Amino acid sequence: MTGDSTSNESGKGSTLVYPGQRLSADGSAQAGHGVRLIDGNLVAMKTGNMVRSGNTVTIEPLSSRYVPRASDLVVGYIEGMTNNIWFVDIGAAFNAILPMSLAPWKVEFGAVRQHLGIGDAILCRVQEVDETHSSVVTMKGMGLRKLKSGFIEEIPPHIIGKVIGKGGGMLQQLKSLGQSRMIIGQNGRIWIDGELSGMSETRKAMDVIRDTAHLPGLNERVAALATE
Amino acid sequence: MGGYGDIQCIDENGIRLDGRTAEQMREVEIECGVIPVADGSARVKWGKNEVIAAVYGPMEAHPRKIQRQDRAILDVRYNMAPFSTTDRIRPGFNRRSREISKVTADALESVVDLELYPRSKIRVEIEIICAEAGTRCAGITAASMALADAGIPMSDMVVSVASGKVHDIVVCDLNKEEDNYGEADLPMGILPMTGELVFLQMDGDLNMEQFQQAWDYNMESAKEVHAIMVEALKRRYGGDE
Repeated sequence: MTGDSTSNESGKGSTLVYPGQRLSADGSAQAGHGVRLIDGNLVAMKTGNMVRSGNTVTIEPLSSRYVPRASDLVVGYIEGMTNNIWFVDIGAAFNAILPMSLAPWKVEFGAVRQHLGIGDAILCRVQEVDETHSSVVTMKGMGLRKLKSGFIEEIPPHIIGKVIGKGGGMLQQLKSLGQSRMIIGQNGRIWIDGELSGMSETRKAMDVIRDTAHLPGLNERVAALATE
Repeated sequence: MGGYGDIQCIDENGIRLDGRTAEQMREVEIECGVIPVADGSARVKWGKNEVIAAVYGPMEAHPRKIQRQDRAILDVRYNMAPFSTTDRIRPGFNRRSREISKVTADALESVVDLELYPRSKIRVEIEIICAEAGTRCAGITAASMALADAGIPMSDMVVSVASGKVHDIVVCDLNKEEDNYGEADLPMGILPMTGELVFLQMDGDLNMEQFQQAWDYNMESAKEVHAIMVEALKRRYGGDE
């Protein structure tokens, strides 16, 4: 199997690959996510870590757009509206729609602007995604609301796991670093709220995570910020 | 094209004005992730050329009439900054930048998996910061690198190189004088893993033997540039390996 190893390749392991790289020609491996079978060769279609799990070869992308799934908690921006729906940018290939029936207020037909205007940030949940990749979001649910304070930091969706950490450890570290409240959207948008000085510390930590998430020792680097 | 002025671009020993031999390329440096707000980006320094490419998307295609139901559209914009050449270039689109935008889009569409993102758009912006012959080749290479950096699925990365002819001698990777005063120019877009061609243009005159030699120079150079592209991706994502 070609590529640069970052760990043991027997059975389950990861290797950095680039688009067009030939992964296997032995005919036994199966193509998973991010891999295509072309002329009998498994070919990497994205830049990422190749992971061989049993007989299946997949690519974990190192850069990706958010792909919405039902029940995802996301932070969205209002991009437009009609008389009865809002169009919400959730960072996916397509905008989601928020019907007025799924808003937390009683909204009159034609009066949507009174509740949410263009540019407003909202915390919402993906209700459904159809076969054309269009999604519907809802604000009916515990904690779902318009975000009026704080700021929103964006990270690539595939490193959300690093921001949360094992058992939520990294997230707790970030919250105590900046004494801030944080809500992580599955679309890579993180809402941070608190005192200005604390939010600034949290932002520095987010920059460290964004730039070095793929390198070992992330916990130590973030912990070092607390001692500075 | 062809033989204007008394500029001697290559001497009797086969040494060119910039000290290269006929088959040598200019120095190429590639870096990706140079624009933090873009989904993917790359900077290519090719000789004195400097090109920055940025990729955004896939995103919703607006207006709706440009959406395609079965695939994404690749919206490529090539532009030369007004200060990129000694004579100021008037800002805005012109025929040349439209042509290069189109051929770049055609080349990249051969490798990008557009069917994965129906009704959406992938925006590619190529900005020439400094121009010294071969900007379309550097632009295509930078755009391909930016697409890889953005995680857009592609069957291969496109590398573009131009060879040509000066004083009846085929040379690799034309510089400014050779491009202005030479007799032929053959830029090509190559898929390094398969050797397939996704882009080919020709100005001037080449007989079959000269065409074959220019072709071979481009193919060899494409492999060198591809290795530099892979190293750039490893530096960005692989850490200190």
